[in-house]
Amino acid sequence: MSESDSPQESVALGVGADVSTSLAQEQQTKSDSMDLPIFTVRDLSVKYGEFRAVRDVTLDISEHEITAFIGPSGCGKTTVLRCLNRMNDFIDSAKVEGRVDYHGVDLYHEDVNPNEVRRRIGMVFQKPNPFPKSIFDNVAYGPRLTGGMSKADLNDLVEKSLRRAALWDEVKDRLKASALGLSGGQQQRLCIARCIAVEPDVILMDEPCSALDPIATARIEDLMQEIKKDYTIIIVTHNMQQAARVSDRTAFFTTEMNTESDRRTGVLVEYDTTNKMFSVPSDERTEAYVTGRFG
Amino acid sequence: MPIVTDSQRSATRTQVRQAITQQNRHLPSIALSVTLLIAVTFTLLTLFSLLARIVTQAIPAFSERGTSFLSGTIGSEPDKVGIWPGLFGSFAIGIGVLLIAVPLGIGAAIYLEEYAEQNRLNRFVVVNIRNLAGVPAVIYGVLGLIIFVGWLKPVTNGGTVVAAALTLAILVLPVVIITSMEAIRAVPMGLRDAGYGVGASRWEVTRDHVVPYAMPGILTGTVLALARALGEAAPLIMIGAITGLLPETSLSGKFTAIPMLIYSWSGRPNSSGGNIGWSNAAAGAGLVLLALVLVFNIIGIFLRNHFEAKRVGT
Repeated sequence: MSESDSPQESVALGVGADVSTSLAQEQQTKSDSMDLPIFTVRDLSVKYGEFRAVRDVTLDISEHEITAFIGPSGCGKTTVLRCLNRMNDFIDSAKVEGRVDYHGVDLYHEDVNPNEVRRRIGMVFQKPNPFPKSIFDNVAYGPRLTGGMSKADLNDLVEKSLRRAALWDEVKDRLKASALGLSGGQQQRLCIARCIAVEPDVILMDEPCSALDPIATARIEDLMQEIKKDYTIIIVTHNMQQAARVSDRTAFFTTEMNTESDRRTGVLVEYDTTNKMFSVPSDERTEAYVTGRFG
Repeated sequence: MPIVTDSQRSATRTQVRQAITQQNRHLPSIALSVTLLIAVTFTLLTLFSLLARIVTQAIPAFSERGTSFLSGTIGSEPDKVGIWPGLFGSFAIGIGVLLIAVPLGIGAAIYLEEYAEQNRLNRFVVVNIRNLAGVPAVIYGVLGLIIFVGWLKPVTNGGTVVAAALTLAILVLPVVIITSMEAIRAVPMGLRDAGYGVGASRWEVTRDHVVPYAMPGILTGTVLALARALGEAAPLIMIGAITGLLPETSLSGKFTAIPMLIYSWSGRPNSSGGNIGWSNAAAGAGLVLLALVLVFNIIGIFLRNHFEAKRVGT
């Protein structure tokens, strides 16, 4: 940073040193006040075949915050979420347009290895999907893929991940038992532990509590608050109260008619701090949705 | 003041009782279940009468000859023949078909389901594989004769067990591919998502999650395919299986298989003076073939239960 700055300064000296320094200072203070975004999404559109599922999404996502995507069914919130770690690659008909930068790197550049992207940007799914293996093997699967880990280190990592996911005390005596014997809420926490075990940077959650009862949901929400200091979390939820409870920022998506087909296309309506979104939203569609007048 | 009077309530009850009891003796449903029962009974009866006939016919062959019926060689006298060359041939063909058709079939199914883009070409290929499963066995015999006996003679040494195994492997390949594809398609998307979600590559997800989960279905198809390969006689006739004299068994020389013996012996006149006629010898060979298929089936079921237990996590 300082190296690349110095030639600029020497050039700028002739024009007026104070101007360039004040500009640099301004940029500095700006990036301090607002955390550098971990994701910058620009004009993101996704088509499934001829059908445009979501269009022109532009938003920045900050580090160590919980960002919630809310909106009615079919508004494209899950589609956008799956673009953030290239999970849409597996849908043959999906075509992604626009740009998604992760730490300033274009995720859809041809040099990018999507498997490595998914290791850093983990995902927890709507329906708990543990592997039909033991609890231990579920958590150890990701780290084993990378390999080069001693047995003791792996044991430690599994314990640490299960502890972080608030599941350790419930399963420590039956790590060799099948993960399919756990309750739904436990399975979902196991999926979070499995995600944490590969030491990701971001955790994407696609309606992680929609298959769970209120008590299991509360546990997952507490867990999210606890781990957000280490991870950036983006959560898609149908549940507005959940978004209001857990998130720092909220993006509201809705659907609108388009000219290309008779199916509705998702659009991003408004994106702001959760407080503002739920108290003084600037768009009337957001207000109608968060106050329960539709959706 | 009650909103519903007692008389109204009792009228409702009568109506409800009538409505929910009148379908209890529904004639068409009874007729349908009787028809279905007849269908099942007929099938089972046919199966058991066939089996009973084979067993009773086969008893003389085993009681008179004992193990020499299994270890003896083929010949021209029904009370002296044994089925050893056929047993050797069928067993070798079974193993050969497993070694060739299973890896190829599963590989093709994985490619078509997990890797290939779902486009027109892919659909065209799949439709044709399905059609191949319905091609008569004798056509595969012609194919085997031209390719494996003719063109590939340096490899197969002509009409040998190797050529037979290759021909029958090609014959059952479509069945293995189709059943494996169906098993792979039935793997829940969530399982793949879970693997990809922790950074596994497509190959890692396929190897660690998709194939193990699909394994019970794949094995079912494999066992069916193997049973079919062991029972085919037509392609073996085409590629020149022996029914006369075969003093020694080898992978590189002339060969025969149990279905060939059954086919050949069943056609011979039953007039010799001995206790064992050709029909007894043929039935004995048939029973051995059934036992051989049963052994492969049991191994298949055992493996399937093993993978199924893993899948449901017990």
